[in-house]
Amino acid sequence: MSRSPWLHLLVRGQSPREGWIVQDPDGPDEPRFAETAREALTDAGSRSRLRQESARRRARRDAAVGELSDWEGLRDAGARRRDAVLYDLEARLLQLEAEVSAAGGRLHWARDPAEAADLVTRLEKDAGSAVRLPGPLLAELSLTAPPTGAGEVEAEMVVFGVDAVVAESATVVVLGAAAVRRVARAATVVAVAGIDQVLGDWADLEVWLQLRARSDGERMSPAVATLCGTAPGDGPRSFHLVLIDGGRSDALADPAGRTALWCIGCAACADVCPVYERVGPAGYPGHRAGPAGAVRTPLLEGTRGTAAASLPFASTLCGACGDVCPVRIDVPELLLRLRGRVVDERRANPLPGPELLAMQGLEWVLGDAARMETAQRAGSRWARLAGRTGRIRRLPGLLARWTDARDLPAPPRETFRAWWRRRRR
Amino acid sequence: MRIVLFAPCFDDTLLPATPQAVVRLLERLGHEVIYPEAQTCCGQWHLAAGYRREAAALSRRFTDVFTAAAARADAIVTPSASCAVTVRRADPDLAVHELSELLVDVLGVTDVGAEFPHRVAYHPTCHALRGLRAGDRPLTLLRAVRGLELVPFGRAEECCGFGGPFAMKNADTSVALVADKVGHLTESGAEVVCAVDDGCLLHIGGAMSRLRSGLRVMHLAEILATPAGGPT
Repeated sequence: MSRSPWLHLLVRGQSPREGWIVQDPDGPDEPRFAETAREALTDAGSRSRLRQESARRRARRDAAVGELSDWEGLRDAGARRRDAVLYDLEARLLQLEAEVSAAGGRLHWARDPAEAADLVTRLEKDAGSAVRLPGPLLAELSLTAPPTGAGEVEAEMVVFGVDAVVAESATVVVLGAAAVRRVARAATVVAVAGIDQVLGDWADLEVWLQLRARSDGERMSPAVATLCGTAPGDGPRSFHLVLIDGGRSDALADPAGRTALWCIGCAACADVCPVYERVGPAGYPGHRAGPAGAVRTPLLEGTRGTAAASLPFASTLCGACGDVCPVRIDVPELLLRLRGRVVDERRANPLPGPELLAMQGLEWVLGDAARMETAQRAGSRWARLAGRTGRIRRLPGLLARWTDARDLPAPPRETFRAWWRRRRR
Repeated sequence: MRIVLFAPCFDDTLLPATPQAVVRLLERLGHEVIYPEAQTCCGQWHLAAGYRREAAALSRRFTDVFTAAAARADAIVTPSASCAVTVRRADPDLAVHELSELLVDVLGVTDVGAEFPHRVAYHPTCHALRGLRAGDRPLTLLRAVRGLELVPFGRAEECCGFGGPFAMKNADTSVALVADKVGHLTESGAEVVCAVDDGCLLHIGGAMSRLRSGLRVMHLAEILATPAGGPT
């Protein structure tokens, strides 16, 4: 049994209610976070596993970070370096292209995940056999299934998503023992990277590796491969680097969105996220789960789809993610901005939704103390009827989402401002 | 000292005992409290729900009302950490203090002469803990209360799952979080759950009331306003 003996008591009224967000007829209609979460929350076994796993990873990270005398200084350096590279990204990308050619490799530019996936499958077809190493980047390209004709353990070609790329030396960085073993033996490598994963030089990489290892709960990453193009008698004979934009340059153009691209791909934010700990990866449709996914997926894919548009709201804004982020991404602030973007897009709908009307009405009421007081008087007369026992157990309409599992105190006979006025007299 | 009170809109409407306690406490400590009656809301509801335009209008209004009031006072105080964060985010120049910050940092008092002979669990709300970095100021104040026994509880620093619009839009996850919170609090043996934000207390209290857990919620101000030797 999970830690929540109350859950069966608290989660009542299982029938899905009409959403607050008006659905966009043009956008893909995938399940929203709340709907996926509803399913995931009922799986007690998986919740228990998630809780244990999160706790274990948090403890490892805390220990690894706690050993360092200047973790905060390291975070500062990481944020500064990520900012500097992305500020100068165009020059860095051109440098990378030149260095890849000089190292005997080939750089392919892909505008979006579909173009990148096309490129990769064409390379695979030419090679005859290939192995794909699963990871978030190949998931972004929807290349999760083994390629056709795969199966050979020692395939000539290995396709994988990188963890970082160093521009000055055309170096592809891969973490993890399984990936390193595969990549090191490949005759042909096809490395897929987002343009945001580019680092400037090895000094950047030094900081990146420390931050990443500690955030993963390690002193050093136990397996790191660095591939620098081709060289006679050593490493791959053929080297391809597929660089994908996929909404990243749009995110770069937004001063706040840019910081989301600082992400170094650890999962520290997910490990401390109370929402992720309850719902798990299923709630996040993009290539990354947890707070990083809640920010990056809508940022890179846009907020037209119902699933992506629901992600910025899949957070209590508790701030735990921002506190652990190794490059100091202000995740809660980004979520707030993305919420604003989603709402602004809804405003353009020909018919205003019920939420928009309610929020505009609330603003009108709160825009004047006299109007607020009139509303307080009207509301409390009605609510005292509903809450004669001192608490309200059922509210109508959308407000039932609160009272399905939580009481509300009945409003008092006297508001604070009425009390204040009476007391002054 | 003349202190301007910002009473959050939901306190004004639903939980007036909290701002009333702030008034009683500050007056007992010898200060004068001013309540600008034109005040309404800082815009946090709208900001958190993504309604930036409306939030900005409310925020401008807030700044006007409180800039005028602060001109003839020494400080601004609010008993809500999340409102304090919202106001500071919008206008860092308008020095709004959360209650425990005002008492400890500005008024320099930790023992306010309160008595409250009960077992109390202090829930460090996210906006106090990570938003304001209020640290142990509320705990320092609680430790000086006569008869009060602070009790620890599991996962204290985890969010209660309120999150404003989150509690409605993601009601299931929100309830799962508060269920765990109430579970930890019940196990702690506390009689009273205390915090510096009535939003979170509304949430935790609402779940505890539904579960008839026997625990009750009290804002820090209410505990501190209970005078030594007076009624408990």
